[in-house]
Amino acid sequence: MQQLAMERSGSPNTKRYSRTAALLSVLAMGLGQLYNRQYMKGLLMLAFYGFGIYTAVTRLPHALWGIVTLGETETKLRKVGKLYKQVMGDHSIFLLIEGLITVFIMIVFVWLYVIAVKDAYHTGKLREEGGKPNTFRQTMSYVASYRFPHIVLTIPMIGVFFFTVMPIVFMILVAFTNFTRENMPPAHLIDWHGFETFRDIFRIKAWSHTFYSVTLWTFVWAVLATLTGYFGGFAVALLVQQKGIRFKSFWRTLFILPFAIPMFVSTLILRNIFNGQFGPLNQYLSLLGFDKMPWLTDPMWAKFTLVLANFWLTFPVSMLMIIGILTTIPKDMYEAADIDGASAFQKIALITFPSVMHAMAPLVIMQFVGNINNFNIVYLLTNGKPVNGDFQFAGDTDILITWLFKLSMEQGQYNFASVIGIFIFIVLSVFAIWNVRRTKAFKEEDA
Amino acid sequence: MTRKAKTTLWLSFSYVLLAIIGVFCVYPALWVTMSSLRVGDALYSDTIIPSALTLEHYTNLFDKYLFAGWYVNTLKISVASMIIGTVLTLLTGYAFSMFRFAGRKNLMSLLLVLGLFPGFMSMIAIYILLNQMNLLNTHLAIIIVYAAGAPLFFLFSKSYFDTIPKSLVEAARIDGAGHLTIFFRIIMPLSTPLIVFTSLMTFTGAFTDFIFAKLVLRTPEKKTLAVGLFDMITDPFSTEFTTFAAGCVLVAVPITVLFILMQRFLVDGLTAGAEKG
Repeated sequence: MQQLAMERSGSPNTKRYSRTAALLSVLAMGLGQLYNRQYMKGLLMLAFYGFGIYTAVTRLPHALWGIVTLGETETKLRKVGKLYKQVMGDHSIFLLIEGLITVFIMIVFVWLYVIAVKDAYHTGKLREEGGKPNTFRQTMSYVASYRFPHIVLTIPMIGVFFFTVMPIVFMILVAFTNFTRENMPPAHLIDWHGFETFRDIFRIKAWSHTFYSVTLWTFVWAVLATLTGYFGGFAVALLVQQKGIRFKSFWRTLFILPFAIPMFVSTLILRNIFNGQFGPLNQYLSLLGFDKMPWLTDPMWAKFTLVLANFWLTFPVSMLMIIGILTTIPKDMYEAADIDGASAFQKIALITFPSVMHAMAPLVIMQFVGNINNFNIVYLLTNGKPVNGDFQFAGDTDILITWLFKLSMEQGQYNFASVIGIFIFIVLSVFAIWNVRRTKAFKEEDA
Repeated sequence: MTRKAKTTLWLSFSYVLLAIIGVFCVYPALWVTMSSLRVGDALYSDTIIPSALTLEHYTNLFDKYLFAGWYVNTLKISVASMIIGTVLTLLTGYAFSMFRFAGRKNLMSLLLVLGLFPGFMSMIAIYILLNQMNLLNTHLAIIIVYAAGAPLFFLFSKSYFDTIPKSLVEAARIDGAGHLTIFFRIIMPLSTPLIVFTSLMTFTGAFTDFIFAKLVLRTPEKKTLAVGLFDMITDPFSTEFTTFAAGCVLVAVPITVLFILMQRFLVDGLTAGAEKG
């Protein structure tokens, strides 16, 4: 066998299609395919190649220059004749984003290039073994049936790329610049700053103090918000699903009301209900002869109000999910427990709770992750207030994500906001990946 | 006390608890509805039930504000992003569920992590991108961004498709059906709960987002309901609380009714991840 193979490769009649095709493809995408007599495919690839090279030559140098220098000429006033005229300089941020897009497109181009070379090689190999290369029609039908997931995923991935990945990469890069309101383009240029901002956050007292306090509150908040919602929902679910309670679906519908009302509407309403001066809650308190409460104006109370409002908003979701799980627990377990003389409490603690816990664990972790980033409720209910004078642009109820929002959208401290963003991102991804990798949906029985 | 008396006592106590929780849940909605019907424009009211009722604030919304226009804008944006977003999400979930290809798991993890990233964290870049594409202050921009973000939440649809037997698909393949035929003629009809859940989520997501819409939509006639309502209450010069309340009622009613009608699908959708845990 081996001898036969050696003889074959040694014989002058056999052509090394694969190598020639691959080499031609390296020279220019599509040439290898043409050589393999796949004319239509080859021509299409060649056209694509021409387009790609054209883009690379015209765009890439400028893009790289833009990313590296972030612009060199500043906008300034120049004397033109008798008048001073403003001459526009480079816009660092536009340069950075355009550069990023060009570089990414080039990476995709190179990737496709490599695939084309591989394809030419494999088709050449096929011809060496005496096979016939696919006709264009065959290629199309092969792509339609075996490359279906790739085609289907292309459109969503392009969307995800432009509106999620690219902005995130941009944000990460901004953390390494001095992009703040003080040197806002186009009036000023932005420079690469290395790890300066990261150092500043820990070194400058005002920043580090705010960072530690806000981080601490973010985690305390996430734990409290998740646990109250979960156990509250659990308790209500047990209450509704009890034996002997009538009109179960009526109660259920009543209780999902907070979940059904759009959250931004109900949070804005709650903000008015908790209003310290004119809100109905304080009004009732004073009618009953109590003092008015500083629901949203005292640091401790504002935190309490936030957790309370979040409880109102989230317990229905947990309730709905737990009711769904409760119906899946086999009845005979309870019957067996009854025979053994277990009390109602024992049944809950030993049967219901572990079953629900087991099913809910991944969701609870996801809720926790969601609460770390629960922008809407904090922004709409307290907007981070009351303002804390010791903090750098933050209030007592601000969590990391709302602080980030204030830093970038209101204060223009984009580089600091980006550093916080990177921090949040790292924390969240660790939780999420760990959680998702554990679930069965991911592990796959059949793979 | 006999066992029966004990049970009755506990049940009555349960009903009392349920009633209290019910009041707790309904109160904000009730209060805002009452406020929207009250005469005057102040947040403060002497009595819990208004002494005189008026529909003036509702008509105000349409006379003084462009409420009808906002409604049309919002419906346009939400329906368009719902359709595109749902199709993209389902196809993404389907591709991940039914096919095995190189880099699949890594791509899935990547998308899941990206999904955790709040959209507005990268708003500056998106804003500049839209500016470059000349799409600022257009509804198309918002639709594109919402629809593009939807596939990040493919996990529900993937878990759902995992439960559909693969033999069904294989049989159809053998009979010569193409992938798209299989998807639309065999998989879709089996996935009503999933479609309803995904559509509902993308629809309400687009309907209620205010952060991103506020950034992109600059002129009053382009605003969505969420942006309009948010501006109404946060504008320091506006004191018309009761008009805001009327707006809240008109915005909340359709979504609330939709959610209550679709309860069953919500439970299915929400627990889809849990049951497979």
